Amino acid sequence: MNIKADFPTLIEEIDYGTPESKAEKQVTLTVDGRSITVPEGTSIMRAAMEGGVEIPKLCATDMLDSFGSCRICLVEIEGRNGTPASCTTPVGEGMVVHTQTDRLDAIRRGVMELYVSDHPAGWNEQAGTGASEFDAVAKSVGLTENRYGVEGRNHVHENGVAPGHGSLAVDYIARDDSNPYFSYDPAQCIVCSRCVRACEEVQGTFALTIEGRGFESRMVAGMHEDFIASECVSCGACVQACPTDALREKTVLEKGMPERSAVTTCAYCGVGCSFKAEVKDDEVVRMMPYKDGKANHGHSCVKGRFAYGYATHKDRILSPMIREKITDPWREVSWEEAIAHTAKEFRRIQYQYGRGAVGGITSSRCTNEETYLVQKLVRQGFLNNNVDTCARVCHSPTGYGLGQTYGTSAGTQDFDSVEFTDVALIIGANPASAHPVFASRLKKRLRQGAKLIVIDPRRTEMVKSPHIEAAYHLPLKPGTNVAVLTSLAHVIVTEGLFDEAFIRERCDWAEFQDWASFVALPENSPEAVSKLTGVDPELVRGAARLYAKGGNGAIYYGLGVTEHSQGSTTVMAIANLAMATGNIGRPGVGVNPLRGQNNVQGSCDMGSFPHELPGYRHISGEAVRDIYESLWGVKLDDEPGLRIPNMLDAAVDGSFKGIYIQGEDILQSDPDTKHVAAGLAAMECVVVHDLFLNETANYAHVFLPGSTFLEKDGTFTNAERRINMVRKVLEPKARYADWEATQELARAIGLDWNYTHPSQIMDEIAKTTPSFAGVSFELLDRVGSVQWPCNEKAPLGTPIMHVDGFVRGKGKFIRTEYVATDERTGPRYPLLLTTGRILSQYNVGAQTRRTENSMWHSEDRLEIHPHDAENRGIRDGDWVRLASRSGETTLRALITDRVSPGVVYTTFHHPDTQANVITTDFSDWATNCPEYKVTAVQVAPSNGPTEWQKDYNEQARQSRRIKGHLEAAE
Amino acid sequence: MSLQPASTEIAARTAAVISEMKDLEGPLLPILHGVQEEFGYVPQESLLVIADALNLSRAEVHGVATFYHDYRKQPAGRHVLKLCQAEACQSMGSDAVAAKVKQALGIGFHETARDNSVTLEPVYCLGLCACAPSAMLDGQVIGRLDDEAIDEIVAEVRR
Repeated sequence: MNIKADFPTLIEEIDYGTPESKAEKQVTLTVDGRSITVPEGTSIMRAAMEGGVEIPKLCATDMLDSFGSCRICLVEIEGRNGTPASCTTPVGEGMVVHTQTDRLDAIRRGVMELYVSDHPAGWNEQAGTGASEFDAVAKSVGLTENRYGVEGRNHVHENGVAPGHGSLAVDYIARDDSNPYFSYDPAQCIVCSRCVRACEEVQGTFALTIEGRGFESRMVAGMHEDFIASECVSCGACVQACPTDALREKTVLEKGMPERSAVTTCAYCGVGCSFKAEVKDDEVVRMMPYKDGKANHGHSCVKGRFAYGYATHKDRILSPMIREKITDPWREVSWEEAIAHTAKEFRRIQYQYGRGAVGGITSSRCTNEETYLVQKLVRQGFLNNNVDTCARVCHSPTGYGLGQTYGTSAGTQDFDSVEFTDVALIIGANPASAHPVFASRLKKRLRQGAKLIVIDPRRTEMVKSPHIEAAYHLPLKPGTNVAVLTSLAHVIVTEGLFDEAFIRERCDWAEFQDWASFVALPENSPEAVSKLTGVDPELVRGAARLYAKGGNGAIYYGLGVTEHSQGSTTVMAIANLAMATGNIGRPGVGVNPLRGQNNVQGSCDMGSFPHELPGYRHISGEAVRDIYESLWGVKLDDEPGLRIPNMLDAAVDGSFKGIYIQGEDILQSDPDTKHVAAGLAAMECVVVHDLFLNETANYAHVFLPGSTFLEKDGTFTNAERRINMVRKVLEPKARYADWEATQELARAIGLDWNYTHPSQIMDEIAKTTPSFAGVSFELLDRVGSVQWPCNEKAPLGTPIMHVDGFVRGKGKFIRTEYVATDERTGPRYPLLLTTGRILSQYNVGAQTRRTENSMWHSEDRLEIHPHDAENRGIRDGDWVRLASRSGETTLRALITDRVSPGVVYTTFHHPDTQANVITTDFSDWATNCPEYKVTAVQVAPSNGPTEWQKDYNEQARQSRRIKGHLEAAE
Repeated sequence: MSLQPASTEIAARTAAVISEMKDLEGPLLPILHGVQEEFGYVPQESLLVIADALNLSRAEVHGVATFYHDYRKQPAGRHVLKLCQAEACQSMGSDAVAAKVKQALGIGFHETARDNSVTLEPVYCLGLCACAPSAMLDGQVIGRLDDEAIDEIVAEVRR
């Protein structure tokens, strides 16, 4: 298929200049003879653009509030004096506006001439792309001369001398190339403040400012620092906002402006930002956030916008490979041979060890269509239900907990809902690092006056950062979520803060009474539980009152909730709080799991769990099985299959021998690394389908090269249940998109699959799954995206769930008894380790470590409180040994009071650290979600890597050898 | 010669200034004034303390502090002499006055004499246009500058 024909042009979005007015009252005016009707409060600039009249502008863009500094967008209004700026002047009824007159032309040309007199363009020099908004405006106002000359002070030339002139340049600042992705050339800056305002209004970091005044005014980062040293988080909003080439992507400066683009969806976190993937010469040169994207509205973070370099990294494996034993070097083979070999092995294993001896793992990184095919392969092809997904280790308790209480396994809101939130409660999540675009939206709402409660052992960026301060921070001890949440409920019930009308109407009153009598017990009071949780009872009482009575209350939570032995209980406790206070079923409220991966929601929806068919329908249901049995022509196993940990246990026991793992690195991401390694080592055919030789591939017999999100069509479903399109912009580097590879494998084991495009897979999903019944690629192409359920009742999807009642009927209150984890501190392991992540890195780092993002975070560090460090003689930057009952590793210490005494914290982005050697095999009682967030540890000074780390690295090196390839000199 | 205060001391003294003024409406400018009064200039390190206390970014505080020329980056001399260079004074010969003063003091604008006696600065309008050319010495305005007045000023700051 010729991709160029699919998207031959560069998508140009209209810039209306100022934000949309949400007023209901309409106003009609005349612009250049055209009658235009717009909402009251709209600027003349925007009204004109909506009517098709473009007014030239420099300091205005519709992502930012109007500013009125550039003096280019002036207009004349009949009956008014002067030439007001159209960006700051609101429309009026009956107004008659002229945007093109001789007077305006002369003024605009004059202003532009002044701009170029202190700009490389004034010297007739090409400094940027030549294709910026500035260049376009210079052309559109008909600027042809620069009468001011170039003598005198300027910002443009170094060493005080402009070529051929002799002017002073005391104001020259050298170009700042410190950021790996964009450069700042102050010579081209016109001080319009768009970057400064983007950093403040859109991103909320406030890292940029205008220094000085008058002719000395300069845009600088931080306190006149290099970008990389400043507070900048490299989201790129400033680069996107810059109308000149002062701030520009390095790729664009090096390779030129893009030629074609397609709208697609980011493959990093669960926010699911929409981007235009912009291409030149079959290479992505820029990822530009798409303003029509419903999750991000034109914003992005450092990962989505810049960290796509892994797609062309030299480590990518582009040929299938096989080997007899994992100690052999890899042998590159054809796709045909690899597929035939795999099919033969799986058949052999099933024949030799039984039908249940093989299974598959679907990926939350892949598309819905690909995930659907992998579970279909297992169920239809392997004839068992041994399929699981990485959501097992992250949000499986969300599925269970919300399913039990509300009747649906997903978040209740869309992200836009945050604009109506009055009190946000964040628990076990750090959106500023892990869901940055959502964090920016939340911060914006907080700056407008909403209040914030943070429940987290660590003082995260959300607790306090410029212009943001949590009203309450409850720094609980890791593992005591349930106790804290139940004590919040205690306050709400005993102080009568619950919403009786809502509960009587929407929930089961008897169940509520039972729950209320439970939480009201004295042992659940904040005072009583403070001994366990370490949280000041007054803070708990204050937070409970604020959440219950502060207006629209919305709960956002992450893996700090789910990855515990009581993960499912915590999710239910959250659901209880929202029901008890009536914070469900309208904009601004709800229960919002922040999903870690781009398609973790989708992979769960697609039947990736061993007990569920697509749409969360239990495998034991005969009616549901019938749908698939008649379509697939096989008899399905009615018993749930093995979960990931069970597969590994069975492998160690010798009854599970073959596995197909698509796009997941279980060795690095799953708990108790040594056990995972032992399980994999005991199998006879491990098939890894991935972009890179990941850690799991060290134990693989077959490697199938994967495709990146840029190389395939499909859909991702984000944390708000939004099904977003993924569009192919490049041909798969390794010949097959992942869905095609799975299809080849299915055919090789005898299944009659004939999909020619992922849209046909979605059609099958829609046909068999009620909550997806209305979804098709045609619909998504037409409306952009939809949130499931999308069916006859909701043809355009469902932004907010449980509006008129809970999906399950009556909301169910469930008692949430706190049971301490078995993982306890003691004399040998006196500290509690909890884990998390950092803005610039993503998950196990397979992608982000292969980009320049490593500049910000080149290793995992252990955060430790100054008291604990001092007791142990540890200084900042020292190597320390981190040991638990499971194992030990070493890494370097970072001394900080972000963590409380008794708590240490690290990230898990780097395989050298192997943080999961430390974590234990305790897991959630309901779903087996591992307890990553609590491990009792000891920390001691160390000289360097442990024996395990050395052995592991050697084994990894050995196992990555490929026949005929020299080892990379590292 | 006075030593610049050690860094921990700067933080502590800045914090004391902040605690006095933190609850004012729009406290940043008064705090910067207070800090300048405390140290004779606004130390870079104070800006970090202020940013943290007011929950602003350091970029924002830097932007405000650099906008106003009167917030000093380093201590001034014992005297501060400002010569008006605005339009009315220019028309009445302030250029010549400035040249003479610079020569007599041996320093240019924005400079401090080596013996730390005086810092010379331009100022753009003191509201004394009727008495141009004008100057301000240590907060006291002086009008109708002539050679005699200049000699007097120079003698004063040299004393």
